[in-house]
Amino acid sequence: MYRPVRNAPRISALITAIGVSFLLENLGLVLFTGRPKAFIRPELLSGVHTFGNVRVLDLHIWTAILTLLIFLSLYVVIYRTNTGRSMRCIAYDMETTKLMGVDVDRIIAVTFAVGSAVAAAGGIMWAMRYPQINPLMGILPGLKAFVAAVLGGIGNVGGAMVGGLLLGLLEILLVAARPDMAGYRDAIAFGILIFILLFRPTGLMGDRLPD
Amino acid sequence: MELRNNRKMNRRDRLLSLTTTAVFLFLLFLADRFGSDYETRILINCAIFIGLAVSYNLINGVTGQFSLAPNAFAAIGAYTSALLTMTPLEKELSFIVKPLIWPLSVIHAPFIISLLIAGLVTAFMAFLMGFPVFRVRGDYLAIVTLGFGEVVRVVANNAQSITNGPLGLKGIVNYTDMAWSWGFAVITVFLIYRLVQSSYGLALKAIRYDETASEAVGVDTFRHKMLAFTVSAFFGGVGGGILAHFITTISPNLFTFFLTFNLLIIIVIGGLGSTTGAVIAAFMVTLGGELLRVVEEPLFIGGLHIPGIPGMRMVIFSLILILVMIFARHGIMGSQEFSWRWAIEKVESFRRPKGGDA
Repeated sequence: MYRPVRNAPRISALITAIGVSFLLENLGLVLFTGRPKAFIRPELLSGVHTFGNVRVLDLHIWTAILTLLIFLSLYVVIYRTNTGRSMRCIAYDMETTKLMGVDVDRIIAVTFAVGSAVAAAGGIMWAMRYPQINPLMGILPGLKAFVAAVLGGIGNVGGAMVGGLLLGLLEILLVAARPDMAGYRDAIAFGILIFILLFRPTGLMGDRLPD
Repeated sequence: MELRNNRKMNRRDRLLSLTTTAVFLFLLFLADRFGSDYETRILINCAIFIGLAVSYNLINGVTGQFSLAPNAFAAIGAYTSALLTMTPLEKELSFIVKPLIWPLSVIHAPFIISLLIAGLVTAFMAFLMGFPVFRVRGDYLAIVTLGFGEVVRVVANNAQSITNGPLGLKGIVNYTDMAWSWGFAVITVFLIYRLVQSSYGLALKAIRYDETASEAVGVDTFRHKMLAFTVSAFFGGVGGGILAHFITTISPNLFTFFLTFNLLIIIVIGGLGSTTGAVIAAFMVTLGGELLRVVEEPLFIGGLHIPGIPGMRMVIFSLILILVMIFARHGIMGSQEFSWRWAIEKVESFRRPKGGDA
């Protein structure tokens, strides 16, 4: 889908991406209507454990385990395989990578596939957490994911993980500390983003400036 | 080169421009007098979108900084001007959950002043936002500004003692008519066109083509980007105020990413960086949006019943955006502007007999 615009200015690719995401969302609205649908949580994951005062769903435990597994496999793919090395090369210098005999188109396609699959896994876990879905549910998590990546440092898998964890913790802590401010929880992510951009544009663990 | 053209712009061109504008405004006057209510509303909508699109194009197209925050600017402008023109009594009636905070609850200003203040407040917000935003470039700038738009909506939904939260503001006086909306459009187009043609505009275009290189030749890129951002925000804010007094009811949901998306389609179809293109495309998209209503309404063709599909228009619009990006990246005008010399040459080349190498 993005191949025709890859060699165009970056802005064209970005506009196309916005167009595609809008197309998918609105197609979703047309096909499934805007009414939220229930997402049935499998029985298997609905068990509840109680540790002292804390109640934990099986689902939460599995989400944490699954996230860790995904993180580890991503790490292996990116830092321990040839494909992963090619990905990092393309990020660094696409022209030279091409000259070294790497099939850039294939690698970018694989990257998109892997990224989308991981995002889909995240979406499924999200849907099980709040057992309902609608076509526009992805916008805010998508934006926050970007903030988490910048917080951790762009191009750094571990950083993204830490960034996501921090962002989630800060959001929940704010809601717990000031329940009257709960409405603002979605704005926190961007408050953090502004703060980072002003004082540490490379993120907590990154060494490259987002460009 | 364009600068030299501008200097050379002789009396003929100026006269032609003035005449065309006058004829156009006269036609609008006729439409206002004799057109139906529906038609005038569409024309007013066109004017508002022309103003918003042209000011959005200044930062996105001319300067090449991919901002996705025009909905935030329109929202700030709309709320500011609406809060200023509503009478204290109306405000007291509207704010049922939490009363409006003090200075805003008693202020009452005429429309024009509320618009100017709306523009200034929006420009100031953009100025503050510019510091973190211009730390990054390209895709990152797009997402940061997108986040800014989201924050403005979240705040509008939650700061109930200022914005009345999700209930929104009702009973805004319907000041916006043909004269106000087209006045806004014409003034915005004129001022932004002049800015683009000035030496500032040259620097802005240089930033679009190569930011690093323009910095190397001594363009203060941060200052110029900030200039484009705040000017764009000023007109975006005024446009938001005009919009608020046209619709007369505003709520945070009016200013979602859909608004940005509409403006983005307009400036992409018109050609990023072309003010002329933005004006033409604003017309096309606004009118096209009305015509496309057909696909969302049930149809009867020869006894055959085709049910309308709500939401189909946005699907079509996103498809158009993708197709334009893949097959006609330069839009209608590329980054060119309309000029009389170009038009006259075109007309003359038409007149010339065919077979010549014109």
